[in-house]
Amino acid sequence: MESNKNFVLGIYDDEDVLLKAVTKVRESGVKIHEVYSPFPVHGLDEVLGYKRTRLPIAAFLFGLLGTTLALTMQTWMLGFDWPMIIGGKNFASIPPFVPVTFELTVLLSALGMVGTFMIVSDLKPYKKPRLMDIRITDDKHVMAIDLAKNKLTVDQIKGIIGDSGATEVNDKKFED
Amino acid sequence: MQVTSSVREPLVTGGKTVHDVTEDICRQVEGKPTKSWMMGMAISLATLGIGTYAVFMLLWDGIGVWGLNKTVGWAWDITNFVWWVGIGHAGTLISAILLLFRQKWRMSINRAAEAMTIFAVICAACFPGLHMGRLWVGFYWALPLPNTWGSLWVNFNSPLLWDVFAISTYFTVSLVFWYIGLIPDFASIRDRATNKISKAAYGVLSFGWDGAAKTWMRYESVALILAGLATPLVLSVHTIVSFDFATSVIPGWHTTIFPPYFVAGAIFSGFAMVLTLMLVTRKVFKLEDYITINHIELMNIVIIITGSIVGIAYITEFFIAWYSGVDAEQYAFINRATGPYWWAYWTMMTCNVISPQLFWFKNIRTNIAATFILSIIVNIGMWFERFVIIVTSLHRDYLPSSWAMFYPTFYDVGVYLFTFGLFFTAFLLFAKFFPVINMAEVKSIIKSSSLKSNK
Repeated sequence: MESNKNFVLGIYDDEDVLLKAVTKVRESGVKIHEVYSPFPVHGLDEVLGYKRTRLPIAAFLFGLLGTTLALTMQTWMLGFDWPMIIGGKNFASIPPFVPVTFELTVLLSALGMVGTFMIVSDLKPYKKPRLMDIRITDDKHVMAIDLAKNKLTVDQIKGIIGDSGATEVNDKKFED
Repeated sequence: MQVTSSVREPLVTGGKTVHDVTEDICRQVEGKPTKSWMMGMAISLATLGIGTYAVFMLLWDGIGVWGLNKTVGWAWDITNFVWWVGIGHAGTLISAILLLFRQKWRMSINRAAEAMTIFAVICAACFPGLHMGRLWVGFYWALPLPNTWGSLWVNFNSPLLWDVFAISTYFTVSLVFWYIGLIPDFASIRDRATNKISKAAYGVLSFGWDGAAKTWMRYESVALILAGLATPLVLSVHTIVSFDFATSVIPGWHTTIFPPYFVAGAIFSGFAMVLTLMLVTRKVFKLEDYITINHIELMNIVIIITGSIVGIAYITEFFIAWYSGVDAEQYAFINRATGPYWWAYWTMMTCNVISPQLFWFKNIRTNIAATFILSIIVNIGMWFERFVIIVTSLHRDYLPSSWAMFYPTFYDVGVYLFTFGLFFTAFLLFAKFFPVINMAEVKSIIKSSSLKSNK
């Protein structure tokens, strides 16, 4: 069977039931493709066994880039390229460069991190999402099991999900 | 698992379920525009029209059409600039600082407050641009771009240039923060849309959001770091705005108290504007269960605190002027309170220092009509604060023969009206086509907050 096409979906109404269900389903040896929620459920990433996101590191590195660029730009422009006497001050002195350096650090850090987030999460304006269930963005949590990636039969998987507190167990087939 | 103390008031009342949240918020977006919205839009567009004429004439004839003179070179333009930037600060405070402090009551007001921030910053940015007279060169001369004079670079020692960077960074980061929060809610509207146009439009706006746990995990991380970045940013913005004055040698401006005093004033006026807008939005869109009296009371408490800080700053400023022993400084302050602009000074004192103290009474700070009136009074007071600081410090300079008064012309008022028209047109469009409450965030507290109140 081809992967990423045939799914069994467990629909949950309550986030606390969902958290317990994820642990239980994983313990029964079923591989979960992904869980979809209408709002962020705290602790879901831990029970799913996801590694912590490295986006904070990206933010830090982009921030560092901003600091470096800002300091280099200001020192070069006012200190070397066209030195100007302004109130008899040093050509390139750091204190008056602090505000612009700070602003560019924040700007690059924010834009860089958000850009990284968009790329790694594949969020883009023209993308058509593969929705498991239309109610995900309303009030239902959906646990999706990729049949191709599990050795258990469909009925076994459905049984495990049904026992875990799901209010509905559905099939989902993608054509593309 | 979220645990909320049983003594804490529910943040969402009426026993709303998760599905009710989607229904209540999407209804505004999906329905036809109401009569009150159409009326509001008509008034805003009319104001924008008059304002656009004033802006056109200003650009055509130059800033001579304003009431400025040789002595008073800054008046309504920079007053309005500081006033609008200040208003913007409340949105970031609500969405970023309250997020870092894990204050969940921010959730039903942050979306509209951030929208207010973005529109207010756009209005603010009009003034530095327009007061240069030649808007088009403003963009070019203010940025460190290569040019044919050398390149002769911008002066990085100048607070006015710091402002360019501060305001543009603040605008960009606020916009990004706001948009990231909107994506999941656009997806909710997309999945409910019945007609082709809204399906396509919200499909593009929602960036293909599918609600995956991994994306949510990253989303939360991004939101937290953006909040961490926006917090020092918002404090830096008004600090830098205050540097425009504080680093000068004008008596009345040259004070070290300006940065904290400006930041407190900004939050003070911003919260007042949030209340003005939210009280109307809440009524028109029937959001009483989401923006409760509890929310209004908490915002009023922020107003008492920041209003009192501002009051203490006024008194400190006065005291330090006397204590400094500098004649020019002492004169500047005596002239503010008793000179030809005494009425502006005492309007500011009454509106900013005395009126918010009424919120110490619980029945006033939980009264909607009283809150609405006081929120407008605070914003009038904060406009006068900036007017007093700018005009009264300038109008009597070191040379008595050049002392002058400032009288606004039609074009001073007109350009101010332009920004009002722009602000309310943008806010009304937002209120109609965007979800005014952050659905995803509110849904996450339904179980701990709303359903409890049902029992």
